[in-house]
Amino acid sequence: MDLFFQLTLAGLAIGSIYACVALAVVMIYQATDHFNFAQGEMAMFSTFICWTFLGLGLPVWVAAVLAIGTSFIAGLIIERVIIKPVENAPVLNQIIVFIGLLMIFNNVAGWIWEFTIKPFPSLFPDDFGFKSELIGPHHMGVIALTLTVLLLIFLFFRFTRVGLAMRAAAANPDSARLVGISVGWMLALGWGLAAAVGAVGGILVAPIVYLEPNMMSGVLLYAFAGALLGGVSSPGGAVLGGLIVGVLENWLGQYVPGGSELKLTFALILIVGVLLFKPAGLFGRVVIKRV
Amino acid sequence: MDRPNPITKKLLIGFLIALGVGILIPQITTDFTTYQFTLAISYGIAMLGLNILTGYNGQFSVGHSAFFAIGAYTAAIMIEHFAIDPYTSIVIAAFAAFVVGFLFGLPALRLEGLYLALATFGFAVATPQLLKFDAFEHWTGGVQGIFVPKPEPLMEGLSADQSLYYVAMGIMVFLMVVAWSILNSRSGRAMMAIRDNPVAAATMGINLPMVKTTTFGLSAMYAGIGGALFTYSSEFVSPDTFNFFIAVYILVGSVIGGIATIPGVIFGGLFIVFMPNYAQDLKLFFEGTEGPWAAVAGVVPPPWAIFGVMLILVIYFVPFGVWGGIERLWAWTKRRSAG
Repeated sequence: MDLFFQLTLAGLAIGSIYACVALAVVMIYQATDHFNFAQGEMAMFSTFICWTFLGLGLPVWVAAVLAIGTSFIAGLIIERVIIKPVENAPVLNQIIVFIGLLMIFNNVAGWIWEFTIKPFPSLFPDDFGFKSELIGPHHMGVIALTLTVLLLIFLFFRFTRVGLAMRAAAANPDSARLVGISVGWMLALGWGLAAAVGAVGGILVAPIVYLEPNMMSGVLLYAFAGALLGGVSSPGGAVLGGLIVGVLENWLGQYVPGGSELKLTFALILIVGVLLFKPAGLFGRVVIKRV
Repeated sequence: MDRPNPITKKLLIGFLIALGVGILIPQITTDFTTYQFTLAISYGIAMLGLNILTGYNGQFSVGHSAFFAIGAYTAAIMIEHFAIDPYTSIVIAAFAAFVVGFLFGLPALRLEGLYLALATFGFAVATPQLLKFDAFEHWTGGVQGIFVPKPEPLMEGLSADQSLYYVAMGIMVFLMVVAWSILNSRSGRAMMAIRDNPVAAATMGINLPMVKTTTFGLSAMYAGIGGALFTYSSEFVSPDTFNFFIAVYILVGSVIGGIATIPGVIFGGLFIVFMPNYAQDLKLFFEGTEGPWAAVAGVVPPPWAIFGVMLILVIYFVPFGVWGGIERLWAWTKRRSAG
């Protein structure tokens, strides 16, 4: 039974990382109806930035906060400079721009920091003052930190003026514009926030999967699966979806023969399955289209 | 919207000239360069498949590496385990890719635009892991992959590389003609009608699910044939060869050549294979120089980062690609001379 709880808790920890990336994906999807295929690579890049700060001798928390701040600004700039010109372009063009971004981040990271696998330190101490047989200190810290981040984001959207303006811009751009909200900047802010949340996910997952330019491709797929499972129109759902996917992934690896080798296939099946049978996800709104 | 070119006399002449140049290539270059051209052709065929799917039918795929891999592995397995000759193996590979593509097209029916891109993305990311799967190891060779000897030359006096090149070129020309004929037929018009206005297409009695899944299968078949030729020219398949970036290469080539064109894939294929070399040469050139120029080598980004930038710029400024540009230039000169 202990093994089961260990697996579940570790699944929740990795799932909360998926939840971060899933939330980043959903934030951008809600504002602009795009799936950011480059979200994973952006998070990877942020993690490398954090690694560079660490190399300068900064304490790990300072490095993380600086990297997250840098990611926020970078996300903002990317939206303003690269995404804005294709805002109204056909879907294909937008997908291609995301794929272009993915390539740029992946290769530039490999170019600057090389493709070798690097260990990455945990943000958390080895010892929280109490020990548990069921969950390691890093996983414990991951769950606590992501829950805090998610709570902060919820509070931000729920209780601040800017958060309200961002929700308005996403829900109804035309009306938002009429009441004086700068919709373009709200979208950019959304991108910045998404990049920052993605960076949190990257920094937390790096001690587990090690730091290298391709570290996020699997994580992004799980995050997509989580976002779809929870419902792409529901940020809370996406978070829950990420957690569920993390736990399922761990169970699958342990209890299904050959499961540990088919984790990505499982994510694929989950994505296709959800899209086919419950396209709105568990918590999303059903979109009714008029023809 | 974009339709396949009508065959004009001038286009035919251009095509024959291109064919002539194509036939000359192995005679005037080394075996290695010929091999690179064969690679370009195999990518080009996969791009042709993507163009049919995306450019003419409006369904997205960022996962054509998966079908490329299916073709490559089927051909390799046929040769390795069943001792079937390489040319029959291409046909079997094409069929296998068609079936998988058709089946993947079934769920794709309910997925539009972005969601389809997402599902194909998942397929491409999961493919290498599936190919490594223990239960298939007897067939796929697991992580080690499979070695495939280059097909024996078909004619005396040709090297294996030259012979394979001519075979690949013949297949590509054939598949281009097939694509052109399909697109100019009733079914082709149905494909384009679905792309332009699915509701109107359905109203006119087009069987949407049938046309869309068949197109998906056809597109996958092209990718599979490309994959089989890729296997023969590189003499080796392994799971990590067919990672997500192959899908990106195919997409990049399609977009750069022109996504709703047939001849554009020639440029796309050549671009994917040769541009990284030129970028590398450029870097080496700068490294070899003295003084301030040597410093430039350090700041030349890797080719694929440059292509990422180029991809975005192409979408901003020339979304119709190289072939679309040629067509527009041609139309412009004709207007000039007429006016």
